Amino acid sequence: MSGAPTREVARRVFAAEFNDATFTFKESDDERAPLYALLPTGERANRVFVSGTLTETEDIGEDSEYWRGRVVDPTGTFFVYAGQYQPEAASTLRDAETPTYVAVVGKPRTFETDDGSVNVSLRPESITMVEEAVRDRWVVEAAERTLDRIEAFDEEGNEYAERARAEYGEDLSAYRNAVLEALEDFDVQKTTPSSSAAHQNS
Amino acid sequence: MSDLSDTAQEVHDDLSEHVDATVDDVEARLEKLVTEYKVPVDEARRSVENHYLDEAGLDRDELAGGGGNATVEVEDVDEAEQWVDITAKVVELWEPRSDSVGQVGLLGDPTGTIKFTKWAKSDLANLEEGKTYRLGNVVTDEYQGRYSVKLNKTTTIEEVDEEFEVGDNEDEVEGALVDVQSGSGLIKRCPEEDCTRVLQNGRCNEHGEVEGEFDLRIKGVLDDGTDVHEVIFDEEATEDLTGIGLEEAKQMAKDALDTTVVADEMRAKILGKYYRVTGPTFGRYVLANETELLDDPADPESVLIRARSI
Repeated sequence: MSGAPTREVARRVFAAEFNDATFTFKESDDERAPLYALLPTGERANRVFVSGTLTETEDIGEDSEYWRGRVVDPTGTFFVYAGQYQPEAASTLRDAETPTYVAVVGKPRTFETDDGSVNVSLRPESITMVEEAVRDRWVVEAAERTLDRIEAFDEEGNEYAERARAEYGEDLSAYRNAVLEALEDFDVQKTTPSSSAAHQNS
Repeated sequence: MSDLSDTAQEVHDDLSEHVDATVDDVEARLEKLVTEYKVPVDEARRSVENHYLDEAGLDRDELAGGGGNATVEVEDVDEAEQWVDITAKVVELWEPRSDSVGQVGLLGDPTGTIKFTKWAKSDLANLEEGKTYRLGNVVTDEYQGRYSVKLNKTTTIEEVDEEFEVGDNEDEVEGALVDVQSGSGLIKRCPEEDCTRVLQNGRCNEHGEVEGEFDLRIKGVLDDGTDVHEVIFDEEATEDLTGIGLEEAKQMAKDALDTTVVADEMRAKILGKYYRVTGPTFGRYVLANETELLDDPADPESVLIRARSI
C-alpha cells in the first residue's frame, strides 16, 4: 500500500477493561507516532469502537463548550469527552436526548486526577444514534473479541500480553467475569415483532 | 517401460482433439521405433506425432497450445512465473501509465477476472474490449497477493467466438462502519472525456478548473475488530445505503448552500451500524455491489458457552 500508514483497527473492549487500561505508550520516538493504550487482556488499542446507552451529557467547559457523555455498557461506563476539536461529536452530545443508544468510534486517552490516580476516557471521532440491535450485536462482538484476547494471553510470543502481565498482572478473571455478566445480562425475554403479534391474536 | 507409456500418454493428449487413436496405439508405435529400431525417444516421439498429423491432414503448427502449457482458468492462477494458456474476454482496457506498457486492463472468464499487461516492445496485435481471445504462452505474476498475467513476444493471440458471463470473483467483508472518509457524499467529477477524477475545490488534477458534474459516492471503512476494509459505494450503492439519491442530495445542498450537508446527513444515518458488503477488490478498495444491513437479533448463546468453558 505504497507507504501510506495503515489504518488502526478499532478494538472491541468492555468498559470494565477499558477503564483499567491506564498504561499508554508509543511504538517510536516520532512525535506523530500513534498513541496506544495497553489493554489488560494483552492488546494495544489506538482506536476503539463501543456501543451502549448514553445516559447523561453535561457541558463541563469553562471558557468554551466541553461536553462529557456517559456511555454505559453491561460492565461499566465509558466517559466520552468532546470539545472544540471534535465539533461533530460535541454537537451530537449537545443535542442528544438521553437515554439513547449510541455507537462511538474514538481514541483512548488518559489523564491524571488531583489525587494521582489515572482515569481513562474516550475522545470520540464520531458518535451516532443507533438502534438497540446495534448495541446488542456489539455486546456479543465485544465478548468474542475479549475471549479471543484472553485465550491468546498465554501464547508464546504474544508481545502485548507480556507487557500487560508486567504492567497489570496476570489475573484476567475480572474480564472473563465481565464477559459472562454482559452475556447473561442479555434480555432473553425480548420478543420479536412477529411473536408479540401472535400473542395479541390469541 | 514407464517412460514410454508416459510419453505415449502425452502424445495422445496433445493429439486427442484431432486424431482418433488410443494410448496403446501410440505406445505400440513408439515402442517399435525405440526398441526395434533403437531410435532415441525424442526422435521417436516426433516421428509418431508426424505420422498422426499426416493421417489427419494437419500441420504441426495447428496443434493447439503448441508448447504443452497448462490451459488454466482465471481462478486457478495462484502462483507467479507460470507459463500458461488462457481463454478470456477483455473486460476493460485501462490507460497505460508508462510508455513501456502497450496495453493494460482486465481479462475475465467464467471463474473471475485478472489484470493483464502487454508490453509495448513485444509488438503484439491490440486486444479489443468485449472480445474473447485464446492467449497462448502468457506468464503469471504476483504483486501484493494479487495475480496478473503478462503477454510477451512469444504470446499467441487468437480471437475466438465464445460467449460466457464473466465471473465476478467477489469478496465479502463485514463489520461496523467506523468512518466515512473525506471525498464522500455529493461530489463533482471532471466532465472531460474519459476523465472521471473527483474535483478538489473545482479543480481537476489533469484538466484544471472545470465545470464539474455531480455524483454521489461514499468512501467508508468497515471494521470487525480484527481487520479493516475500505469500501467504495458508487451512486447507486450510496443511494441503497443511505436512502438519499442524487436529485435529493442536490436539493439538500442547494437549500443549505453547502454540499457538505449531504455527507453529514449520510454519516448520521450509517456510522456505527454493521454491514456486509460484497464486491470486487481493486487495490485497497472493495467496490460495493451489494450491501446488507446486519440488524438481525444478536445471538449470545454460543459465545456464552465459550466464555463458560475458559
